[in-house]
Amino acid sequence: METYNYKVVRQFAIMTVVWGIVGMLVGVIIAAELIWPQISMDLPWLHYGRLRPLHTNAVIFAFGGSALFATSYYVVQKTCHTRLFSDGLAAFTFWGWQLIIVLAAITLPLGLTSGKEYAELIWPIDILITLVWVTYALVFFGTILKRKVKHIYVANWFYGAFIITIAVLHLVNSAAIPVTLTKGYSAYAGAIDAMVQWWYGHNAVGFFLTAGFLGMMYYFIPKVANRPVFSYRLSVVHFWALISTYMWAGPHHLHYTALPDWAQSLGMVFSLILLAPSWGGMINGIMTLSGAWHKLRTDPILKFLIVSLSFYGMSTFEGPMMSIKTVNALSHYTDWTVGHVHSGALGWVALVSIGSMYALIPWVFNKPGMYSNKLIDTHFWISTVGVVLYIAAMWIAGVMQGLMWRAVNPDGTLTYSFVESLEATYPFYFVRLLGGALFLFGMFIMAYNVYKTVAGSEITDEQVAQPAH
Amino acid sequence: MSTLMHSIWTIIVFVVFIGIVVWAYSSRRKKDFDEASRLALDDDKPETSSKTEEDKS
Repeated sequence: METYNYKVVRQFAIMTVVWGIVGMLVGVIIAAELIWPQISMDLPWLHYGRLRPLHTNAVIFAFGGSALFATSYYVVQKTCHTRLFSDGLAAFTFWGWQLIIVLAAITLPLGLTSGKEYAELIWPIDILITLVWVTYALVFFGTILKRKVKHIYVANWFYGAFIITIAVLHLVNSAAIPVTLTKGYSAYAGAIDAMVQWWYGHNAVGFFLTAGFLGMMYYFIPKVANRPVFSYRLSVVHFWALISTYMWAGPHHLHYTALPDWAQSLGMVFSLILLAPSWGGMINGIMTLSGAWHKLRTDPILKFLIVSLSFYGMSTFEGPMMSIKTVNALSHYTDWTVGHVHSGALGWVALVSIGSMYALIPWVFNKPGMYSNKLIDTHFWISTVGVVLYIAAMWIAGVMQGLMWRAVNPDGTLTYSFVESLEATYPFYFVRLLGGALFLFGMFIMAYNVYKTVAGSEITDEQVAQPAH
Repeated sequence: MSTLMHSIWTIIVFVVFIGIVVWAYSSRRKKDFDEASRLALDDDKPETSSKTEEDKS
């Protein structure tokens, strides 16, 4: 009998927890550095400017990426009723992705960077990413092609869009002219370079941090709630509306810059339209529980999944609002942006990943459930309080900074110097550090729970299930 | 000319979107979609990881 390939799923699932801790630990360190810069001990390798890209790369691509690899490999096998297309290529994506992360952790603190936000890695690593990503696409779509059922489940559509789009974004934005092994120059210049960068940057949000995790949502919420998705029809409209709208929203990162006005307005309009598909998806996920709301009281995994959707709804309302040019005039360059990002990254991406991992890990390690449901519940509350502290602090700090920077005296001079706004921000930096530290602490609880669950487990791969019809 | 092209393109995209909605919500698709929505559940997996008393029954 054919079995599923759970080995690669197990590997990526464990590394999700490991990289989650590493990435969030670096986040806590840089949050502390903003309050007490001297803790970098004047070592260039620990400087905020070098650790910040390490934090973003580790949480997005190492933690989030591992969660996406693990769940997509699991979901595509289960919903296609077939084993992965190639075990060897799947193993290559695991080891290749880990190598990329390790190389990032070495090069970024050394100050080797291409200087593009969320695409900082230098050109040789970019080539390795391309190789691993193309292999990922081969394994994923190869598995879809050999499926035993007629229909391709909606979760796979989202994972597929994520894989294809990230390939395109990475190839275009990372195009560079190499000068030495560690130095290259972007293939683009001036305002075009900025536009390419934020076309990439916002679609990294839209496809890496949204479409991929929506794929996760469309499998794990129905599965854990044991009910089919609220409306499959809505999920089809959700898919096409979301992927065709996200692509044009990038210019909202460049309001009031050298980018042409029409491009800025286009970005703003598409960002506003995005509210509709985003909320359609959120409602579809949450309403899947309709008629079974009581499960939220007893199942801590469902709490993670459903609360993640609430944060998704909040940040996809906030995002379009911030993309309105007049609102952006207040919010841009302030910590409001940082709060918005973390409302999405911690509240949506991390919570949905954590919930899915708690469901997935016992399935692939042949266990009836996690070692302790009580610890899952504790983790849920600690991380939720952590996110709320984090984003509330950054909202207040951001609005305050925006107001202070634009305040003018009757004679037209600025009321506050920049340093005065920085000084006023310190208490909020402290609350943010506290929120981040709580979230990190929750990950340690998870690591303990996962360790107790998988330690000494007898690993057998499950047989491929016959299609239902 | 380019304004005309933009207008035509906007109408094409709008019609495509309406087409997708009509297709997704047409009654002919209902059976297929109902089957598809079971794909996440019908894979012979023992219940979810965190069991409640009720789920065991």
